[in-house]
Amino acid sequence: MGMRVLVEYEKCCGAGQCVMVAPKVFDQRDDGIVVLLDETPPPEQYKAVQEAITVCPGAALRLEESA
Amino acid sequence: MSSESNDQVLDYPLRAPSALEPPAEWDQLRKGCPVAHVRLPSGDKAVLLTRYNDVRAVLSDPRFSRNLAQEGAARITTNEGGSVFENPDAASLSGGESHQRWRRLINRAFTVKRIQALQTKIEAMANQLVDEMVKKGPPADLVSDFAFPLPVWVIADLLGIAVDDRDKLAYWSNAMLTMTQFTQEEVNKAQMEFAHFLMGHIAAKRAQPGDDLLSELITATDKDDVLTERELMMTAQGILVAGHETTSNMIGKMMSMLLSDRSRWERLLANPSLIRTAVEESLRFDANMGFGLPRFISEDTEVAGQSLPRGTTVICSMSSANRDESFFEGASEMKLDRSPNAHITFGAGAHSCLGQALARTELQTTLQVLVKRLPTLDLAVKPEELPRREGLLVGGIEKVLVRW
Repeated sequence: MGMRVLVEYEKCCGAGQCVMVAPKVFDQRDDGIVVLLDETPPPEQYKAVQEAITVCPGAALRLEESA
Repeated sequence: MSSESNDQVLDYPLRAPSALEPPAEWDQLRKGCPVAHVRLPSGDKAVLLTRYNDVRAVLSDPRFSRNLAQEGAARITTNEGGSVFENPDAASLSGGESHQRWRRLINRAFTVKRIQALQTKIEAMANQLVDEMVKKGPPADLVSDFAFPLPVWVIADLLGIAVDDRDKLAYWSNAMLTMTQFTQEEVNKAQMEFAHFLMGHIAAKRAQPGDDLLSELITATDKDDVLTERELMMTAQGILVAGHETTSNMIGKMMSMLLSDRSRWERLLANPSLIRTAVEESLRFDANMGFGLPRFISEDTEVAGQSLPRGTTVICSMSSANRDESFFEGASEMKLDRSPNAHITFGAGAHSCLGQALARTELQTTLQVLVKRLPTLDLAVKPEELPRREGLLVGGIEKVLVRW
């Protein structure tokens, strides 16, 4: 069972922390709002994704088990 | 909480023993009085929050405005014109949907991609400043020779302002952020001169757009996204006020923290890959962040089990929150490899610092350049003698004498 990244877009403030920490999973639109590059990232990305979730100033990201 | 601690009113800002140490009260307040009554420099009363969870919750709560130019809100300064938090013009851009629209427009200049493209330029500017320092020879003041000019050069570049006008920009920015250092007359004069300069600058960019943020905002083709003249002015002023002094001070404080215990600096020299986490830890560990961020409580709420009535002005101390032992393991130690590091130096929620990717890049570039160019760098004064900047909303160190 893998993990899935969930984004609450209305909470995103465009700070770009996730892009700096996990550039393989997150990118930004021109206006700064997050773009999810990989909704179900491989396990080697979990640590970076977890860090992105922790440091997101808008608390806009989550990681949960996917069915 | 006992009525005893409730009755006590502390004078705010609190006084720390030295430039790099936290005020003794933080620890006690976090443990025993998380909602403390304080008196501001204006004489008005407010409430101080010091715990991580409380500060983060209030800062992220969209109900509570950061604008204090409203009836019933506490005034911060002794100056008649007030501080940056009492500017009624800023209110039009700071709430709800208009804030979101404005922010998404400005964000275009601050995405990670755009900032990374700027990195080479920032590095060249940092190298140029080090060249000058090396030419003059040690000792040098890391603040006036490096930390003060670098961010204003970067902002000038962002706004498409000529190299010759950088010094004027630096002065205006200093005067506009004042708490008590300048007279009201000087502050007004700086505001007027800067406004006048900006009007001319915006007109020039309208006539001949360049490759800069202002030109981009002016020529934004989408009708709904066009900013008014007034909003353009506020934006340019906001970027200068928010991005110059704060970053300058942070460079001075970061270098002081790293050099005051030279084993930290040596660790970076031995392992420059620690630069990213070392910057984050410097941001967290900074005990001299200044005033904190105010919020106006517009409806009755509860924090740390205590009710805060509508009309309360709250001061959120991010630097105390960043030292909260119940959130950060070993909070009173500076750990250069701390990760993850969810400090709230840039605030939290919809209003968290717009320029944080730029600030991070400037700080990281500072370390990359100084580690490479001046590995023998050391403080030329005792850490406890580093002189604090007085009378500013943003805390900092006046002078950081170094040798190499």
